[in-house]
Amino acid sequence: MFLQTLITGLSIGGIYALMAVGYSLVFSVLNFSNFAHGAVIMLGAYVGLALATKFSLGFGLVLAGSIAGAGIIAVLNERLAYSSLRRRKAPSLYLMISAMGCAVFLENLVYATIGSRFYAFPEFFGRQVISIGRSSVSLLDVGAFLFALAAILGLHLFITRTRTGIAIRAGVSDMTMCSLMGVDLDRLISIVFLLAGGFAGVAGVFLGIKYLVYPTMGWVTNKAYIAAVIGGLGSLPGALAGGLVLGVVETFVSSYVSSVMRDVFSFTLLIAFLVWRPNGLLGQDSEEKV
Amino acid sequence: MDYILSIVILACINMIAVLGLSIFTGFTGLFSLGHAAFVAVGAYTSAILTYYYYVPFYLALAAGGVAAGLVSLVIGVPTLRAKLRSDYFAIAILGFGEALRVILENLEITNGARGLPGIDGFTTLPVVLVCLAGGVLVARNFLRSRWGAACIAIREDPVAAEMAGVRLFRTRLLSLAVSAVYCGLSGGLLAHFLSFIQPVMFTLVQSTQLLAAVIAGGMGSISGPLIASFVFIALPEALRVAQMWRLVAYGLLLVLIMVYRPQGLMGYSEISAFFRKNGNPEGRSRS
Repeated sequence: MFLQTLITGLSIGGIYALMAVGYSLVFSVLNFSNFAHGAVIMLGAYVGLALATKFSLGFGLVLAGSIAGAGIIAVLNERLAYSSLRRRKAPSLYLMISAMGCAVFLENLVYATIGSRFYAFPEFFGRQVISIGRSSVSLLDVGAFLFALAAILGLHLFITRTRTGIAIRAGVSDMTMCSLMGVDLDRLISIVFLLAGGFAGVAGVFLGIKYLVYPTMGWVTNKAYIAAVIGGLGSLPGALAGGLVLGVVETFVSSYVSSVMRDVFSFTLLIAFLVWRPNGLLGQDSEEKV
Repeated sequence: MDYILSIVILACINMIAVLGLSIFTGFTGLFSLGHAAFVAVGAYTSAILTYYYYVPFYLALAAGGVAAGLVSLVIGVPTLRAKLRSDYFAIAILGFGEALRVILENLEITNGARGLPGIDGFTTLPVVLVCLAGGVLVARNFLRSRWGAACIAIREDPVAAEMAGVRLFRTRLLSLAVSAVYCGLSGGLLAHFLSFIQPVMFTLVQSTQLLAAVIAGGMGSISGPLIASFVFIALPEALRVAQMWRLVAYGLLLVLIMVYRPQGLMGYSEISAFFRKNGNPEGRSRS
């Protein structure tokens, strides 16, 4: 029972981490909370769903398609809603309101066109289970966790080992300096949004398989914000740690305390972290700059 | 006629909440995604008081406002004292609002997610208009007072304001509490108008609608947000545009406003500036 809860928690945590990574990437470069990230996750799930049901593609192609789809949507989102604000160096509040607007717009557009129906993915993994010791866990849970780990490790390698990754890290520490050194900022930010969108696509497919696909599923990303805050906003290892911690803690609360109070507990945890440790577990300094 | 009347009443109720959020977001410069929670507190407090305890309507209404103000301290004291960055604060209050809704869905006295039916319909047009007029008057006086000036100073530059001797924490907390009282009042009126309330009525979507009205109307204006909220509520209703397309338009509008006219409909000025002969159309509150 304990082991099973732990593994379920880790798998949910893995999905939270995937969402939190996309969110943290954007936060670390542009320094604002991208509330539209949840809507991109939702659209990624719909893209995957369309590929799986309309074209009956296999899991790998569905995943690839929704990564590409969500990535493109995220880049378009940046071009239309953030880039002009970014160029006039508008306060991050404006970017955040714009993001909020995007979230409401995209979500309700899906609501109005596709409808509020709940859709289920075809069962890619069936109900296969793996027994570990005396408890059995579903293959999907283990797979989601391992895939999340691998994807985040891949991103970490990309950011630390490649030229583009170095440019992104330079942009994180100082955008102006970075552009003076000859980095094309527009391209760099498009790449960041492409990466964030790709992770949103993965998270969307896993969320859709584990639960269902519906227009407001993006609000699960409230959990991604919490995970990102716990781990430290803008830090990739932090996003992973925060996601896993949140997933495990939530699963334990819902199985040993009360499933209803799970969300109350998570939000309280969020506020506690914001108040006592706004830098999170692994984050850098978050003081408002004068 | 009844239909038009009910739209006008709903719009006015909404305007009271928008007025409150305008004080907090428009004049103090803190972005809130959780003010629907204060509307919910006001609605439930005043509904429960008249429903179970037969408290007179006006007393219950006032109690709803006070309760919302007190609840705002629960989130305001720790987060505002910690001087969170503006978006951290927005996330914190978002979490608070959602947590409060989950609690409302699981309490015995609120009848859970099923909602509370059969609340007496005390809210009539005169009552709403008096509340709105009183609200506007109080807001105007508040913003012209020393406290209001401090709020505006904080919006323009928190660091400079603090240097000049404005107490950040106290002023922000006061502004939050005042805005929450407005929202609570609006909630009480809403409950006694619809005679049915349910936790789903007070979600993030509602908070976003309030915020959309404030931003579209203009940060730092009282009349702008009021006009915007009336237009947002009344026009789609009158045109019979479905709820979901209205929300699509809200979202698009927020983005377009930020990109093309971040100061909003009225900018920093009031509607009265257009009627004044030698008035400065840019307004004086821009300082």
